[in-house]
Parts: sequence; structure tokens; C-alpha cells
Amino acid sequence: MTLDFDPLNIIISGVGGQGNILASDLVSRAFCEEGYFVSVGETYGATQRGGSVVSHIRLSKKHVYGPLIPLGESHVIVGFEPLEVYRILRDYGHDMVRIIMNDRPFYPLDVLQKKNEYPDIKKLVSLIRDLATDLKIIKATELAKKAGHAQAQNVVMVGAFAGSDWIPLEKNRFLEALEETFSGTNLEINKKAFESGFQAAL
Amino acid sequence: MTKFYWNLDQTGKRCMLSGNEAAARGALESGVQVITSYPGSPSVQILECLAAVGEEHGLYAEWSINEKVALEIAAAGSFSGLRALSVMKADGLNVAMDFLTTLHLSGIGAGLVIVVSDDPGAHSSIKEEDSRYLVPPAHVPLLEPSSPEDTKDILIWAFELSEKAGLPVIVRLTTRICHARATVTLGRIRAGKHSPRFPVETGFITAGRFHPDAHKKLDLAREQFASSPFNRYTGPEKPELIIFASGVSYVYGLEAMERLDVGERVGILKVGTVWPLPEELILRNLKRSERVLFFEEIEPFLEDQTKILAAQNWDEVGPITFLGKRSSDVPWVIKPRGMGEMDPDITTQALANALNVTFKPGEGQLREKTNCLPELDLPLRFPTLCSGCPHRASYWAIKTALELDGRDGVALGDIGCYALGVLPTGYGTIRTVHSMGSGLGLASGLGKLRGMGLQQPVIAVIGDSTFYHAGIPPLINAKNTNSQCLCIILDNDTTAMTGHQPHPGSGMTAMGETTPPVPLAELINGLGVPLTVGDPYQVKETIETILDLLQKGAPQVLLLQRECALKAGREKPAGRVYVDQERCLGDACGCSRFCGRVFSCPANIWDEEAGKAMIDDVLCVGCGVCASLCPQGAIVVESEREKNDPGF
Repeated sequence: MTLDFDPLNIIISGVGGQGNILASDLVSRAFCEEGYFVSVGETYGATQRGGSVVSHIRLSKKHVYGPLIPLGESHVIVGFEPLEVYRILRDYGHDMVRIIMNDRPFYPLDVLQKKNEYPDIKKLVSLIRDLATDLKIIKATELAKKAGHAQAQNVVMVGAFAGSDWIPLEKNRFLEALEETFSGTNLEINKKAFESGFQAAL
Repeated sequence: MTKFYWNLDQTGKRCMLSGNEAAARGALESGVQVITSYPGSPSVQILECLAAVGEEHGLYAEWSINEKVALEIAAAGSFSGLRALSVMKADGLNVAMDFLTTLHLSGIGAGLVIVVSDDPGAHSSIKEEDSRYLVPPAHVPLLEPSSPEDTKDILIWAFELSEKAGLPVIVRLTTRICHARATVTLGRIRAGKHSPRFPVETGFITAGRFHPDAHKKLDLAREQFASSPFNRYTGPEKPELIIFASGVSYVYGLEAMERLDVGERVGILKVGTVWPLPEELILRNLKRSERVLFFEEIEPFLEDQTKILAAQNWDEVGPITFLGKRSSDVPWVIKPRGMGEMDPDITTQALANALNVTFKPGEGQLREKTNCLPELDLPLRFPTLCSGCPHRASYWAIKTALELDGRDGVALGDIGCYALGVLPTGYGTIRTVHSMGSGLGLASGLGKLRGMGLQQPVIAVIGDSTFYHAGIPPLINAKNTNSQCLCIILDNDTTAMTGHQPHPGSGMTAMGETTPPVPLAELINGLGVPLTVGDPYQVKETIETILDLLQKGAPQVLLLQRECALKAGREKPAGRVYVDQERCLGDACGCSRFCGRVFSCPANIWDEEAGKAMIDDVLCVGCGVCASLCPQGAIVVESEREKNDPGF
């Protein structure tokens, strides 16, 4: 299979605590095993909880690229939180950007403290839809709860990414990466989470 | 676990490694035997990796009490014939400098490598320090890799260089190396098997008369640099312009050339051996072109060093135009937390300008569409203390006590999770954050100004790990000078900020062995400073205690003990806490939505439909602090989980 773009640039965005880094780890290992040159840049800094977290993933058949995607060059965005998707999309979205998004808001402290308002969610989603070539909305938190744990929404989203048909990689590569990462009950929950995301994106 | 990919005994295997894991791998492939560190982002994981496999490979790894001691432990290994690695962030190098600046005089034994991680963009630091400027006074060579793969290889070369030159060698990593991951090909693990012996005959003596020897050693290092595989020129023989780049900026430079498709016009020199400047190599490449463009992170160090060399050899290199940060041809781009970080847009823009090529970062149809959209006010996402964090309760108590005291009192802090006390999540309670332990030093100073008319009560907050690292000398100082200040130790029983590493109070070593702890209370009692112990979750009692202690005329310590909520939450199930919406008066209460808006724990959210407070049971850890503060007593703690047990 070939890439639509080389390098193909993918951004996974979310909020501290949502499991961004595990998701980018799964995706990058799956592509590495397939023989791609892969590089990942994680921006999380001092974020324990509640800050923005962004992973840049770059795939190439030519060589290893640097860890940061240039502005306007992200071909796929996998977003765990709609406000963060919109923030990333405006700066990094490629003209042909495609998006998979969990539309459940995670309110910033500023909003809880009533210093700022969270944008109207319907308006936010419609703006994102207007800007993207394709948008798949995944109810990842609910699917993760059904699979056994709300925390597995990141793996639901990786499943949806794998099922999106936008990327040249077999499902099994992702399952191998999952099996290397988890064991026992956690593996069962995460496999279920992955499968539910995969189905939801088809 | 994926964490152990880096430790696979499979030569030639391609796998994804972070820069930190690659550094650990490089050390393992070098036969390292002693590894030391104090936790500091972005390079925390290097020691974690090596400590986790210490037993398997017969290594000794420790979390030292601070970076100076860490370097001394590593040097002890080196003196005794074992290859040794010490890891620290830039701030830590400052702490270790006093010892480091003697090693070029005493010399070393086996290879001694120091990994220093700088943080361009200050992602997890309070400053953007360029540690390369500390290298000339220390007289030690410095190398900079440009990717995770390069990091692994440069570590191996650094050990060899250290032994050939007889000097410690610094490998400078930056955040975009440490926290990047990329495909790396594994080499052979080489277990170090040397038996240690300290050479009593010669010893390692530091004396000024050895200064000339140190300069000779640097010359030896420079000779090695001339043939180093980590310096590489790519491009035409006589390019229109040559790029000099170090670290990750080299990769951004390559990408800029590729994006602009100017490989025929431009050459690029990767400088992996940055100090002492490889003069022969630099001069040779300066002669290729009359225009030199510099890409490097934080300060223009390579740029300045190159200019000094060019000035020295002006008749040989001829007129050259230097394009860099000094000339604003490479702009300082101000990002949310700093201005020292490079990226592929900065390099592409700078190269395009230098070549008179049109380039605008991020331009395209999507940008045009975005520009036509109505402006949407996007709330920022500042880092917050976790739900149930004991620091939140402590800061509420400190802030309230200072207000009730009414004498314009001040609280000072330093580095750790509790540095968030300067932000809204900690109510802006602390008014200084400088370096490890500095809040207590400053408080010791302010406390002495009382005799000169200072009226304000003075509090210093300091974390438990920080107290061991740098809090003991300023506390002794306050005691010795009888300075009137209150030291509040926020003891959460771990090094929380960097991911829960053990410290001397934990009773656990980096390699997972139990060890007798050094309890803070005994330490402070031993110093003879009056000590009060409390639980931050008991907010009202804590406020009263602070008010009382602020009246005392001598230094005091208040030890607030409660386990980190993140750590506790992983180990114990949370007790259920909920809002009794019958009792909550909503906006009619007049409390201004105290639990969510004012106390602002992320688990205290608002039920828009009911117009009442509620608790997010996914986030709540069941600490019950909000229940004790709700003016209506509307928050119910269902199971009073170990209410009087701080979790130690």
C-alpha cells in the first residue's frame, strides 16, 4: 500500500490524563513494524492533568523526519476533545485534512471558574465539519464504558483510526501492538474498545 | 511492556524508541556500570529505564539527593574504573557545577558521561537555560545529537571520547529529542564487567597547577572531533549558502531544504561536536560559501563560537555574511512559554528569506477558509492541580490564613507540582518561584528584615523531595539567624511532578530495594526547629494552625502530610462523595458556586439542568475536602475513607 502523502502527518490531540501518549505509541509501533520510518513528537510538558496534549506522528517510506509537523501540514487529526481539535485544526490542518473526533467536551479550569465560556458544542462541530474533507464523530467515551472502562476511550479512538480506511495499514498490526502493551483483563477491555471503535468508523 | 523495547537483546532490530530510551540504550551498549540522577524533565526516563534493568545487567543505579551528589556518585564509579553516567536537567547542571568544574583538573578514571537536558520552549521548566554556556568554564567537551537514533550512537562515542581525552563528556539533549520517538536500530548490549578499584597510588587531586593539562586534554578532544562521524556535510562543493546546525535543528534544516527544493543551491553542516569548536572542520566549511545560516536551539552559541573562530582567521576565510539570531535572520519566535524552541517553519522561513524565495508557513485553502470564519473565543487550558490534590487544600488554607491574619503576608515557593500555586489553580498563593529550595532561602532573608521594619508575615512552601534536595541548608540558616518565617513542607510522600520517583523519605531505592527512610519529622526535630504536623485535608484545623504559627517569633516548620492523590488513587478505591441537591441552594446560596468556581477542584462541576452543584464521579478521588468547605453542608462523604490516615 502507498501513502497519499509522504510524509503522512497525523496529529493526536487531547487533554492531560486522556491517554494521548499511549495512543500515539500504539499507532507509531504499528507503522514501525510495517517498515515505515516513523517519528513522533510529544508535547505535554508539565501537564499532570488538564493541560493540552498533542502528539505529532510522521510516517515516511523515505527517511525519518523531524518530530514536529509544519503548520498547515496535518493530513489526519485524531481528536479526543472537540475544543482541542478546533485549536489544532486552525493551525495545523492541511487543505485535505480528515478528522476522527470524540465530541465529548472536557471543560478547562477557566470554564469551571466562569472566567470563560466553552463554545457552543453544535457550532464547534459544524465549524470543524466545514473545514475538514471528512469528519467522523465517535462516541468514544460511551463505547469505552461499554467495553469496560471509560479510560479506554483512547484505544476506541485508535480503533476508529484503524477502521477509517484512510491509512495503508492492516488491522492486525494494531492488534499486535495492543497485545504487546496489555495483558489479562486490561487486554480484553482494550481489545473490545479497539473493536468497537473500528466498527464505529467503518 | 513496550517500555522495555529499548532493552531487547536483538541486534539489528528496528523499533520505536524515545530519545530518553535511546540514551539509556546507548549507555547499555557502552557497558555502563554506574548511573545516577535526580528527577528532572525532560530526561527523567533515562535513569528509570536503566534502574529497571539494573539487576539483570549488574548495574548500579540511584536517584541521588541532588545533582551535585549524583555527579559525585558517578565520578566515584569512574575513579574506580567503571564507566558511569549522570543525568540531569539544565537546572541540575547548575547545582552540579561546583564539582564539575574540578574534574578537568583531577582527571577521571573510566569514561564519565553527563547527559544534560535543556528545555527550549520551557515545556516543563521555569526557564530556557542553554547549558552549553556552562561548558567552557568546566573545560569539558559537549556533543549534541539530532535524533533518537543519533542519541544512542553519540552516547557510545561519548564514552570512548571521555576515556581518550581523560575528561567528562556532556551530551546535550533537548525536549524535542527526549520526548520524541523514532525508529532506532538496536546494537549489541555490552555488559560492563569491570571490578572496581580506587587507585590509591595516584588519587585524583585537584590543583590549579594542572590547568595546562586540562587545556591539553581539550586539544585531544578537538583532535577526535576532526574525524567524528557526528559531523557531516551534505550539499554541493560550493553552495550559495551553507547552514550550520546542531541538535534537532539539523533535522528541521534538512526539512526546510526539502520543502523549498533548494538542495542544488544550499549545503548543510551537521555539527555534533559543539565544544570545543572543531576548528579545522568549521574553517574548511566556512570556505565553501560567503553566506552562513545558523540553526540551533535557545541561544546563538554555535553562531558566536563560529564568529570568534572566523575573526581569528579572517585573512584565511575572507568576508562572510553571518545570518543567525544576532542578525535577526533567524527570528526569536515567541511561543506560549518561551522563545528558544526551533521548528520546521522557523527554519523554512529563514532559509526562504535568505534565498529570496517566497514562503508563508501554513498558507493554503484551509487557512483562507479559517480566516473567513467568525472569531471564536477559545478558552485556554492551563495545567491544574489534580482533583483531590493535597496541595489545593494546603493552598486554600495558606491563602485563607494570610487573609485572616490581615498583615499583608506573603507566601514564597519553588519548583515542583506546587509551583502551580502561582496559577489560578493554586489561587495565586505563592509569589516567587525560582530554583530548588529558593522559597525557603528567600523567606529566611525576609524574616530577618523584620528588625528593619518589615511588617509582613512570611511563609515558604516546599515539597518533600525538594526539601531533601535543597531545603535543609536554608532551614538551618533560618534557625541559625533566628529568622521569623514559617516553612510549610507540602509532604505528599513522593517526587510527584516527574512521575512519582522515590526520595530519601520513601524507604525505597531506584532499583526497588527497601532501605531505612529518613523521616522529615525526625530530621527537623534533630535541627531543633519547632515542628507542627498536620493533615492538609483537615482544612479548618490547618488554617488555625497557620494563624497560630504566624504569631511566633522564631522559625517554625509545619509539616503537612497527605499522599499524592494521583498515587493514592491508583492504589486505593475512592470513597464516594456526592452533592445532596436537596440541600444545595444553587445560585440562591450566595456562595458564588464555591465548590466549582472558587475552590475549583476539577471534580466539582455544575449541573446546568438542576442549577445545582454536582460531582464528576470519574474525576473525584473522594478526599472530602469540598464537603468540609461547603457553606450549606450539601456535599456528602459516603464512606469516610481513612479520614485520619494521611496515607503514609
